[in-house]
Amino acid sequence: MKAFKNHFFFEFHTGLADKSLLMMNYLLPLGLYILMGLSMKSINPGFMEIIIPSIIVISMLISTILRLPGPFVKSRDAGIFRSYKINGVPATSIVIIPSLTTMLHTIVIAIVIIPTASLFFKAPLPDKWIAFILVFLLTAFAFTGLSVLIGVLSSSSLATMLWSQLIFIPSMVIGGFLIPSDLLPTGLGKIGILLPSTHALNLFKFYSYNQSIDYNPLWSMLILLSSGILSFGLAIYLFNWDNQNKTRRGNPLFGLFAILPYIIAAIFLP
Amino acid sequence: MKDIVVEVNKLRKVYGDSVAVDNISFDVRKGEIFVLLGPNGSGKTTTLECLEGLRKPDGGSIKLMGLNPNYNYSNLRNLIGIQLQTSGLLGNMRVDEAMNFFCAYHNKSPRYDLLERLGFKEKMDAQYQTLSTAQHRRLALALSIAHSPSILILDEPTADLDDQSRVELHDIIIESQERNTTILLATHNMAEAAKLATRMAILWRGKMITAGTPLEVTATGARLAKISVRIVGSSLSKPDIKFPSATKSLLKDEYKTYYSTNPGLTVSAIIKYISKQKDELIDLRVERSLEERFLEITDNEAKK
Repeated sequence: MKAFKNHFFFEFHTGLADKSLLMMNYLLPLGLYILMGLSMKSINPGFMEIIIPSIIVISMLISTILRLPGPFVKSRDAGIFRSYKINGVPATSIVIIPSLTTMLHTIVIAIVIIPTASLFFKAPLPDKWIAFILVFLLTAFAFTGLSVLIGVLSSSSLATMLWSQLIFIPSMVIGGFLIPSDLLPTGLGKIGILLPSTHALNLFKFYSYNQSIDYNPLWSMLILLSSGILSFGLAIYLFNWDNQNKTRRGNPLFGLFAILPYIIAAIFLP
Repeated sequence: MKDIVVEVNKLRKVYGDSVAVDNISFDVRKGEIFVLLGPNGSGKTTTLECLEGLRKPDGGSIKLMGLNPNYNYSNLRNLIGIQLQTSGLLGNMRVDEAMNFFCAYHNKSPRYDLLERLGFKEKMDAQYQTLSTAQHRRLALALSIAHSPSILILDEPTADLDDQSRVELHDIIIESQERNTTILLATHNMAEAAKLATRMAILWRGKMITAGTPLEVTATGARLAKISVRIVGSSLSKPDIKFPSATKSLLKDEYKTYYSTNPGLTVSAIIKYISKQKDELIDLRVERSLEERFLEITDNEAKK
């Protein structure tokens, strides 16, 4: 327990002390929040109805999908994971602790966004707080799982960036933030179902803002939950301690199982 | 044997077309300091990394305290201490923080006293990124010893260290051995091997050439002895001068050095010759050291 506590506080502190991590965890999400809050009122007034969950999901995307995988590759390349292994740090701690500290950073961001959005942008507060918190935790679980899996499987920083952008950019464009999902052409709507942010926003809309969505929200819940479980399980199973050893456990292609729930959803959901 | 704690049997490791370790077998008994001695590229680090569970062997078997490190590492992690030749920590991790961080994972109290002994008294709050290479190495050593492991694996532990740190480290290694810790140490430093080894193995291009106690290793082979002579005069500088049983000679720092298979015969002939030439003998030393044996082995192997 002491080891877990030390590791957790070290990771959390690093997220605040390191300039690039501080930028990704706090400055960029808050900057986007202010920018979107000021500009979207005239561009898409409907966005202001869901600005709180939208900005929270975008912040999570930045803190997890864009930020979390990079340090995995850097630490592996710099021999830090080798040091961790020989000094008794288990792979589960290396995968789970950064995920938990990232969730904590996103909670801090949410605590800043919720009251200020209500105060400055007249954003409606969630109707059901418990549902809001549960959806928040489920979203954070699915996003961090996918992020650590990208970090574990990427062979280089470039690969990390490509995978991250492959999720982040479409999420921003067709994830339901800027353009409502029901206004998207059918093909793009199907692609949207492949993105975790679409399901997160659906759940926030349905459960905490009483808005209607196109399909049963239990689907989105099941997709995020199963993807999160698969991602974390695969990240721990496929974890590679160093880049000098060509023999690793499991085939990296097993990682694709983590996106299976999204593919099934895209096939079966309207 | 009951007290064998490390067993390596026909270990083989290949990188592409290159055989890094070729059918190496040895065992290490409880409380021994077993030294792997060899030049760079001889397979020392690869052998140790297989033992540490960082690399999977391509052949043969390895057991540490009866367990295979590739499959039972979680059971071994509190029993072994490892200092790698190259490793790293997060740049913003402080020295004392690293000790606290890793000792907690071993369920042990942090050993700040070890950090002080290894020269970190004034650098406890220094970040890893501000330390020198030698300090990185000393910190890695402190972390490997801090949880009092049963087996200590050290890869070139004194490389880049100053003399004072080297002596301190040797003392720490000997103290660990006195507490019955089994130590496996890789080095290319022959003086270090001669000083510390209970038993040793000489590696050359992935193969184990010889193994035994330092005395056994130096006593085998051609039994070359080094005879160093210093005189006032020039009689030994003549190129055609030869002495019985001396296989080769060289001149270095005013000393003429001969390598002899029969040092008694060679020394006697040298003294007679100097006396006949009316030169004055200042110093004459006969040494049979690991260095000569090592050079002999590597010379022979290179000729094959």
